[in-house]
Amino acid sequence: MSNARALHQQIQQLSDFDCLLINTLQSDFPLDPAPFDELAGRLDYSAEAIMAGVKSLLDRGVITRFGPLFNIEQLGGQFSLCALKVPERRFDAVAELVNSYPQVAHNYQREHEWNMWFVMATESAAELLALFEEILQRTDCPGLNLPKEKEFYVGLNLQA
Amino acid sequence: MLASTSRLESPDPLQRRIVSVLQDGLPVTRHPYREIAAQLEISEQQLQKEMQSMLDSGAIRRIGVVPNHYALGYRFNLMVVWDIEDNEVDAIGERIGAMEFVSHCYRRPRFPDWPYNLFVMVHGKTRAEVEDKIERVREQTGAAYRSHTALNSTKILKKTGLRIRSEEK
Repeated sequence: MSNARALHQQIQQLSDFDCLLINTLQSDFPLDPAPFDELAGRLDYSAEAIMAGVKSLLDRGVITRFGPLFNIEQLGGQFSLCALKVPERRFDAVAELVNSYPQVAHNYQREHEWNMWFVMATESAAELLALFEEILQRTDCPGLNLPKEKEFYVGLNLQA
Repeated sequence: MLASTSRLESPDPLQRRIVSVLQDGLPVTRHPYREIAAQLEISEQQLQKEMQSMLDSGAIRRIGVVPNHYALGYRFNLMVVWDIEDNEVDAIGERIGAMEFVSHCYRRPRFPDWPYNLFVMVHGKTRAEVEDKIERVREQTGAAYRSHTALNSTKILKKTGLRIRSEEK
């Protein structure tokens, strides 16, 4: 939550080294006892420089995460994409309420009559449904509960 | 129905502990896996072996950095939703998911006030770029196409990783 506001649409000045790191490290960071040393051999920069570069990208919010990306659904749990139709004048209050649930992982404002879209993660299907109903009741907004029925693709490297 | 999407295979306790310790990512240090293994009180080799098997099974999609789209200049991050004939949607979803610029492609349920059953995420630095991409997705839908709409995200309200608890309650 704390960095969510800082995260929004700020475009950053990126050096060539920043871009090299982003483009290289989006896939296949080595699962190796000394992964930065392994990268140093490939990228022609020292391990220290690469570590400093990754820290700087994290500090500046250019990358939001460094580490493994889990397909958490394989590890148990229930997930859903939910939407609310929120009156504009109540938008901030509803966002605050929805964001206050730790089970809400992502929340985006979108340009549409369904203007708030968030992902919920819970331990069970029953907990997910109960939480969705509770959010509808507390926000007094119409809602959609759209659990994934089939995944065709998740991925993508963005070129910096 | 929710039950049809459930994947509650009894989760492996060590894998859940690994996920729990790595929810905030890897430390940016010379030997990051050694530190994580120490926290888990397992050997570094055991951690590597377990993470490799999670990569192989798809429980870890990849290890690396996740860029903030906006910081890279990708100002247009659109969820494009499509109403596609039910008997065609899976074949079309596979084709669209294979397009190199699509980051997510899912089938989701319809509702009386929500006719769209296929969700496709596209990203671009300009409006023209995303419009061109949407048109290329449209071409894949052919005669099964009924309608679509594009929802641009205007603000990130919250962004944390999906969380699981390390211990069952």
